[in-house]
Amino acid sequence: MYLSEAATLAPLDAPSAAAPRPALSPHLRRLEAEAIHIMREVAAEFRHPVMLYSIGKDSSVMLHVARKAFWPGKPPFPLLHVDTTWKFREMIAFRDATAKALDWELLVHVNPEGASRGIDPFRSGSSLHTQVMKTEALKQALDKWGFDAAFGGARRDEEKSRAKERVFSHRTAAHAWDPRNQRPELWRLYNTRIARGESMRVFPLSNWTELDVWQYILAENIPVVPLYFAAERPIVERDGALIMVDDARMPLEPGERPEPRRVRFRTLGCYPLTGAVESDARTVEEIVHELVTSRASERQGRVIDHDDKASMERKKREGYF
Amino acid sequence: MSAAVATLARPVAAPVPAGRGLLRFLTCGSVDDGKSTLIGRLLYETKAIFEDQFASLENDSRRHGTTGGDIDFALLVDGLEAEREQGITIDVAYRYFSTPRRSFIVADTPGHEQYTRNMATGASNADLAILLVDARKGVLTQTKRHSVIAALLGIRHVVLAVNKIDLVGYDRAVFERIVADFHAFADELGFRSIVPIPLSARFGDNVTAPSAATPWYGGPTLIGHLEEVDVDEAAQDLPFRLPVQWVNRPNLDFRGFSGTVASGRVRIGDPIVAASSGRQSKVKRIATFDGDRAEAVAGDAVTLVLADEIDAPRGEVFAEPKARPSVTTRFLARLVWMTDDALLPGRSVLLKIGTRTVPATVRAIRSVLDVETLAERQSETLGLNAIGLAEIETVSPVAFDVYEDNRETGAFILVDRFSNATVAAGMVREALGATNVHRHGFDVDRAARAGLKHQRPLVVWFTGLPGSGKSTIANLVERKLHALGRHTAMLDGDDLRQGLNADLGFDLASRGENVRRAGEVARLMTEAGLVVLCAFVSPVRADRERLRARFAEGEFVEVFVDAPAELCAARDPKGLYAQAREGKIASLTGVAQSYEPPLAPELVLDAAAADAEALAERVVALVEPLISGVRPTAEDSAAL
Repeated sequence: MYLSEAATLAPLDAPSAAAPRPALSPHLRRLEAEAIHIMREVAAEFRHPVMLYSIGKDSSVMLHVARKAFWPGKPPFPLLHVDTTWKFREMIAFRDATAKALDWELLVHVNPEGASRGIDPFRSGSSLHTQVMKTEALKQALDKWGFDAAFGGARRDEEKSRAKERVFSHRTAAHAWDPRNQRPELWRLYNTRIARGESMRVFPLSNWTELDVWQYILAENIPVVPLYFAAERPIVERDGALIMVDDARMPLEPGERPEPRRVRFRTLGCYPLTGAVESDARTVEEIVHELVTSRASERQGRVIDHDDKASMERKKREGYF
Repeated sequence: MSAAVATLARPVAAPVPAGRGLLRFLTCGSVDDGKSTLIGRLLYETKAIFEDQFASLENDSRRHGTTGGDIDFALLVDGLEAEREQGITIDVAYRYFSTPRRSFIVADTPGHEQYTRNMATGASNADLAILLVDARKGVLTQTKRHSVIAALLGIRHVVLAVNKIDLVGYDRAVFERIVADFHAFADELGFRSIVPIPLSARFGDNVTAPSAATPWYGGPTLIGHLEEVDVDEAAQDLPFRLPVQWVNRPNLDFRGFSGTVASGRVRIGDPIVAASSGRQSKVKRIATFDGDRAEAVAGDAVTLVLADEIDAPRGEVFAEPKARPSVTTRFLARLVWMTDDALLPGRSVLLKIGTRTVPATVRAIRSVLDVETLAERQSETLGLNAIGLAEIETVSPVAFDVYEDNRETGAFILVDRFSNATVAAGMVREALGATNVHRHGFDVDRAARAGLKHQRPLVVWFTGLPGSGKSTIANLVERKLHALGRHTAMLDGDDLRQGLNADLGFDLASRGENVRRAGEVARLMTEAGLVVLCAFVSPVRADRERLRARFAEGEFVEVFVDAPAELCAARDPKGLYAQAREGKIASLTGVAQSYEPPLAPELVLDAAAADAEALAERVVALVEPLISGVRPTAEDSAAL
């Protein structure tokens, strides 16, 4: 149903092992090796792991590193996308093209109750929408397939409460996170033991920063959703956020009219909740350059983070990734 | 409205952080020494705080700040709600910043005493420690504790940050006295560099620029030092080690051993040995997604293909044949104990070292370290946050190096078998060699047999009326113990009467003999190291008391399943009561023969008050600590 955007997809050439590339900086090599180590540890010690695929730049890096970790074998776990049904159309097209190009099993879960209740970020509000279509949906999906470990692309530099998250983050059988009772994480010795019904969220990119991610994408020539690159897009300005009108479901308020603006996205989520930034960066090189000179944080465009004080931490305790 | 719209700066010429490498350091100090403020200051000075974060910080400073309206940098890093309210950092937080010369990962670790485990956590991955001291308070016990932990965890470079120097009037004498106090204590700790810096995190003195208020100080600024300090410990120059993490076998044509090189380097053609099995081979390929490599060094995550088909499962360690790690079941280690219930000798745990997880027992505690005097004191136990020396014995041999020689292969964690909590950080001090094991000469006796099973033998004797639920509960208890990895056996009255006791009747003398034989069988089973669950009506008190006398103190647990006769008769799972009422059974206990309840059983289960599942849980809560040799925690005691 999102076919119209497929034409804008960047080519998804699987990187060939023979193609010569500039060597990674020592810093990126170390981060990559650490992520590979974490992924192998999970594959070896868990019964049924899964890799959460959110389609964003961090996920793109995570998938790429996973292919390296198990090469010449394939990563021994499927991909899982929790679809809120409000993602940008280009994201869905990119998701399907990526899974196909990499020949990687992709599971998609939509919260059926939320869908039938008609939960919607505009009318239901961003908090309820996120709670039902992301947090609850994720728990449903993990239970449905019985996953005991789930990789996520979250980084500690994204947000304050994430800074204290472990690489291996233990969740109770009810998927709750207890920030007061986290296991100490010493050396590279991850404690992977869980009781029946419990699970682990695992963040192999914990120590990466936004700049590291983009420099790695540049060095490794990793395809990303074109929404990250500046282009003229239909935009309305709402509460200080630049919202792209991605489809006809967005109710316009009186006097609101989508205007073409040259924008790009620094993070990708549900389109009504993701603010764009004005930018001329049309290539990965230009994005890297922009970041070095930027004075605004990455999550500033995220509407849900500002809902209330410490809102991210509350979401996480409830099981949000 | 448009003023609030995010606009990214147009690209202008700006330096991209160069790849001079990464420095991982941690900050530690006492409560209120200003760690969070210092990190906030570092992020601010290195422009790692973005505009919207700064706006949120100004907002928070007005609401929660402790600096009277000024920007409170601590709020930038104290992420969690609870600690905002308490004003205490309760966990390790990681921060990232870079200067044009270097990238940094900071572990912010707490100063509060009960969270010392987090300090050890931060230190385990750090190359340098910033020890904060409040200029007004000087070197405190906590400063010493943190110095010792940093040193034990292998940190060789420290910065003594004498903070709040503004509050002592930038007094040189105060600074110099603190530095002298610290040296007097820390010079024994083996640090390679100790750099004292007088600073004010709140006002920024000597953080990035030399302060005009300390003209007497000629050393580096904090950032200046962090950019310059050389912490390369030359892990690549140590002997080659690679713990096998994942055997990569996608098809019949490829068999590789994936893992991260822990130390040293390996090239194609190098001979290697699998440390545990002793099997040798040569490196045929170093395979990666980006093409084969000629060499891999410490820190690289690679896949080795060997010239010979040798078996090397996950947990095996590949090593240089001429410089092998120790391979043994016993070693002496430094432990940092990280959980509330104190460590006692004999505790059974899981030990994870490299990629190997193996059952182990803490055989003996030799001493505990006094962090103030650095003296080793004799101790039988290690409490929360204690740092001690202990003898560890693993079920099968493990490969390791001494931690001082190799941080990667000498480190381990201990995991509780019951709660799965990480209970200790461990660092190998020395192998207790094979000769040592032989000299001890373990005969294969009951202790040895039980030791192999990592449990203490025990008899749990369920007594009570027919139909009270003894067998049902005993069966549930056995399932639960089995699930915990316990080796068990079940003796049931009805079963024994089918075979061993088929010749016995139901008169009192026969009942006595029935109990005696069952008890002797149970005793033989404890010789084999088993936990034996016995479900027998055993109505005569004297019979049970005789039985108890056959066992060592603490090895016989009597559980009275207390059910009123009416309840048993109503349940009547075997139809015995019905038959007795019809006169078909003449000697049913509770009907024709009396039952003598125990006077002092270890446990009374009120069968009318809870279901069998809940009653079985209570039995497990009582016996599991006896089996594991670990004292019950307060929570366990409450569950009884």
